[in-house]
Amino acid sequence: MAEIKSVLGTQNKKGQTYTDPWKLLNEAPRTPSFFTGSEVIKEAIRRATCDVMIAYPITPQSEAAALIGELFAEGYVGDYFRGESEFAVMSQCAGAAFGGARVFTTTAGPGTMRAMENFPMWAGARLPIQMIVTCRGINSPLSIQPDTLEIAYLLNTGMLVWHAETAQDFFDWILKGYMVSEEPEVHLPLALCCDGFFVTHTKDVVNLTPADMCLPPYDPYRSPVPCMDMECPPVRMMRDPFVMKSNYISYATHASWQQEIWAAVERSRKHSIHWLNGLIDTENTDADIMIVASGTAVSQGREAIRMLEDEGVRCGLVKVKTIRPWPEEEIREATKNAKHIFVPEFNVTGWLAKEIRATVPNHHRVHAGPHVCGGMTMPPEIIVSEIKTALGMKTFSLAGRGS
Amino acid sequence: MSDYRVLPGPEHFLPPAAASMGIRLPNPGEAHINGVITSEEKAYEEAARQFLMAKVPTIFPGPLVLWAWNEKAAKKATAIRHLFNTLKESVQPNQKPMLIPMPDYRPKYPKINPEIEINPNHPNLTIWHNKIDCCVFIGVHCHQANLSLKIIRGGTSCYTIAMCAQAGHEDAMLSFRDASVEKIMLLADTIKRLKGTVQPRLASAKNGVSS
Repeated sequence: MAEIKSVLGTQNKKGQTYTDPWKLLNEAPRTPSFFTGSEVIKEAIRRATCDVMIAYPITPQSEAAALIGELFAEGYVGDYFRGESEFAVMSQCAGAAFGGARVFTTTAGPGTMRAMENFPMWAGARLPIQMIVTCRGINSPLSIQPDTLEIAYLLNTGMLVWHAETAQDFFDWILKGYMVSEEPEVHLPLALCCDGFFVTHTKDVVNLTPADMCLPPYDPYRSPVPCMDMECPPVRMMRDPFVMKSNYISYATHASWQQEIWAAVERSRKHSIHWLNGLIDTENTDADIMIVASGTAVSQGREAIRMLEDEGVRCGLVKVKTIRPWPEEEIREATKNAKHIFVPEFNVTGWLAKEIRATVPNHHRVHAGPHVCGGMTMPPEIIVSEIKTALGMKTFSLAGRGS
Repeated sequence: MSDYRVLPGPEHFLPPAAASMGIRLPNPGEAHINGVITSEEKAYEEAARQFLMAKVPTIFPGPLVLWAWNEKAAKKATAIRHLFNTLKESVQPNQKPMLIPMPDYRPKYPKINPEIEINPNHPNLTIWHNKIDCCVFIGVHCHQANLSLKIIRGGTSCYTIAMCAQAGHEDAMLSFRDASVEKIMLLADTIKRLKGTVQPRLASAKNGVSS
């Protein structure tokens, strides 16, 4: 850390002052700004001292990627280019990170799926790359609309997976994400997800830190694996390493390597709690009815709670901020008083509800829904209706015409 | 707090990573013994005691201190040599301190020469061959150190100590963090201070060989 501390207070070539990250994010003055989520990504990267940004155009992340190109032109990002495909992009990100760079990329939907092979590779190689995932539909027939199914595919890659609700989350978490994922005992890639369009293409008031203050640079010498060592795993993957041998110790080493990746996910818990002020946010945890959600489903749940209050039904909320590390103990504690747990989601399989069912005792309390997908919106009325139906209260049809 | 304790093995065919069992790393100024957070002072005493009890106390310096990357690495290497010399001066004639380097992490086939080196992919070979019953890792990259420490815990009864320059290691039985020249020297001083106050294990006692 001595090397990092020595740059604090000095300026980069753009005149930005390298600032203690905690002070930058918690004590520096904030300016309210009216931006789209994509513009917010650009503003966060302006302050992130990013060495390399690589992306391939795919809706709805293309605008953010293009805006970061402007940052490159202005001199805020060290290098920037478009890869040949998402698979190429993620491989190129690995190369840059192996070389000791702070790396940023953005992707979405089918792009995430196309690049999938790289994500466990990133995690196994302990590369702290940050990837924005602006979630959209992934299946055929083609949909570019919001849908969070792709997050389910990221959960077992060994990456950290966070799910932002708002553009403000996005701004803060991009910067905080580097602080967590670059800790030497963590040193894992981060998939920072949001619901495409709902966050990326809508404008919101976001409180920005001063543009003349930025994160200190990444220090690759704190990496838990040697930086750019061509003779050893993880860089040397295909010629003569233990993975290519068939004997007990080779398998045992590989098993131990996998365990170490997930140990690192566990270690991120402490730092994520520190930077995000907890892995979850809660409201009314003494209520009989709890809504547990992530992403923009949290906003819809919050509105449903307000509507139910008008009808005399008291309801609580758990906002799940990190999916990996999974806030198991926090969710168990926050829902211990609940008789009913509702999990509204923007995907067809209900992956968050499955996670919660595997976490809480008496999992019959978990109602997996309501679900929408394929780009549908989730009016708070359908959350209200789902809750009232479960409680045996009279509700009205939301989809029909007439009575 | 986790009930799991990080103890000498042989623990299991595939032992768990201690972090996955709820063991947490110490904060700055702290250490851990068997997975329980403790003061650094207590950890120095316990590490010195383990070294003075061992039949084959061994230092495994890694690439971060074996290669002169910078001035700090060179100073740490000198401190480690001092630690080894102190250890040799502090043990009894029937104890055999060793200094075995882990110069890099290249997989070696058909196998390493356990007389002269240790490798993170099969560290148990070196432990078994030399009957090492207490060791310290210094200057090994954290990921590779954790692999080694876990494999050693899985297949041997060796007591493992980590002198880590970063956040420490749950997979060691005792771990310091933020290792510096001063901390290495302090460990050497503690060994010197406790010289003659700790009885080495008897020849018939459990050694580093897997049962």
